[in-house]
Amino acid sequence: MLDDFFVRALIAGVGLALTTGPLGCLVVWRRMAYFGDTMAHSALLGVALSLFFEINLLVSVFAVAVGVSLLLLLLQKRQALSADSLLGILSHSTLAIGLVLVAFMSWVRIDLIAFLFGDILAVTTQDILLIWGGGALVLTCLAFLWRSLIASTVSHELAEAEGLRPERARLIFMLLMALVIAIAMKIVGIMLITALLIIPAASARRFSASPEMMAVLSSVIGALAVVGGLFGSLYGDTPSGPSIVVAALVLFVASLLPSAGRTLAGRQALPGDRP
Amino acid sequence: MLMHVEPREGLLVSLSQAGVVRQGRWLVRGVDLAIARGEIVTLIGPNGAGKSTTAKMAIGVLAADEGKVQRADRLVIGYVPQKLAIDRTMPLSVERLMHLTGRLSRTKLEASLEAAGVLHLRNAEVQHLSGGEFQRVLLARAIARDPDLLVLDEPVQGVDFAGESALYQLIGDIRDRTGCGVLMISHDLHMVMARTDTVICLNGHVCCRGTPAAVSQSQDYQRLFGQAPAGLAFYDHRHDHTHLPDGRVLHSDGSVTDHCHPGDGHHHDHGHSHPEDAHDHDHHHDHAHHHEAGHHHREDGRHA
Repeated sequence: MLDDFFVRALIAGVGLALTTGPLGCLVVWRRMAYFGDTMAHSALLGVALSLFFEINLLVSVFAVAVGVSLLLLLLQKRQALSADSLLGILSHSTLAIGLVLVAFMSWVRIDLIAFLFGDILAVTTQDILLIWGGGALVLTCLAFLWRSLIASTVSHELAEAEGLRPERARLIFMLLMALVIAIAMKIVGIMLITALLIIPAASARRFSASPEMMAVLSSVIGALAVVGGLFGSLYGDTPSGPSIVVAALVLFVASLLPSAGRTLAGRQALPGDRP
Repeated sequence: MLMHVEPREGLLVSLSQAGVVRQGRWLVRGVDLAIARGEIVTLIGPNGAGKSTTAKMAIGVLAADEGKVQRADRLVIGYVPQKLAIDRTMPLSVERLMHLTGRLSRTKLEASLEAAGVLHLRNAEVQHLSGGEFQRVLLARAIARDPDLLVLDEPVQGVDFAGESALYQLIGDIRDRTGCGVLMISHDLHMVMARTDTVICLNGHVCCRGTPAAVSQSQDYQRLFGQAPAGLAFYDHRHDHTHLPDGRVLHSDGSVTDHCHPGDGHHHDHGHSHPEDAHDHDHHHDHAHHHEAGHHHREDGRHA
């Protein structure tokens, strides 16, 4: 069954979506969407460095993403520029440096489009192992850090005052993000990774009564988007990565419809809770 | 005049000459503070006086850049921060918020919500609560942990007058029942509950301290909060130091230093004497010194 490229793509995509669900919720809650985007864009620099130094692509992308996020923390401490300006600078300059470096290396021929927008239909069995293995690792770490992460999302100081270690949790969270970006690059591409983090989480919000429920639901919605997008790309002969994102967007818009709220969120009798 | 904080039995937290500096500016400096089991200490002071900074030093969220901070071993802290920015995308019910930093038994959860008078809100989303309801929920969450030390940063904000006294009553009752220490922040002595043992008035440094009654009578407090009777609003006082254009300070004895004293930015360090309180400035220059250049200026004025 794994011989079929489409089945491989489905398994890989669903595996990734299950991982990005809870991670994406944290990105949304902590208002780190642009941060995620910056890390993702820096992946192209990772690609270029991997080609240049002939090192493993995954290691290189992961290292660059971690480096960029540490650099950001360092620059933020100096408070010379606002966080979003710094993100903008890092995001686009790492992307640009990556593109320039790739152009310099005339001896390598790479499919830039595949890196930017993903090439899920080319996933190998080894990629699937990586996605599911890496995903399991990420989800396990998140499960252990969950209380710290939720508490520090509500208030970093409160979490720290009451004996959790939010700083450590945040650091590991950033490492996990870098890992997921490195893994996800092949599926949806550098430009669209953040979409897979954010859109399913945003779609799940309305139907969720607790952070945990939202995390699970966004995994489910992400998986649905992958399946829908891949079938769409199969029948419409469209690029797979963008198709997945479009499918996620369709689910998000559907989640905004009033009737969706009535049927799914009926148990949340919000007004009745007030005295 | 330096008041030394001696280690005492049952001491939960003590700060001695503690201060925090950010970008070359002392947010607060030279703070002596000790909270014992069963004691309620309230920090008051105007905006930017360093009240929250001091509380954060006490609980270890901020490290002191100078001075010393000591906390009892295995101190359990219940903290109600001044501001919480919970993103609207986060579905968080009151009940889930109660479990935020640790597990709770159902009995404990219900008893704490009941004590704060918000049991009926347990399934409500926190983003839908009013300011007063939210403060009560936060208090319930903090006491549910059975803390040794309750740290409350403006716990009555957004609470109406009746609710305010009820909340203070509740805080006092919790102290009486559990024997925990309480460190509370308020921006006004009017807000400070009668059961407070010690009020510490901050404005970049400790201005004065004492019982609520004593502090309300003190000149420092009255100057900070503009409580002075109209006839005294124009009273003159002498400066023992002058701020030079380069930021250094010329003292009345002719010496020049980089800062005026542990209470940087405080320009009214004149010879006050409080019969009622042990105020603890560590002045290295003489307050009572009468110098010729002593200029007069309005109470709210800046140095010319």
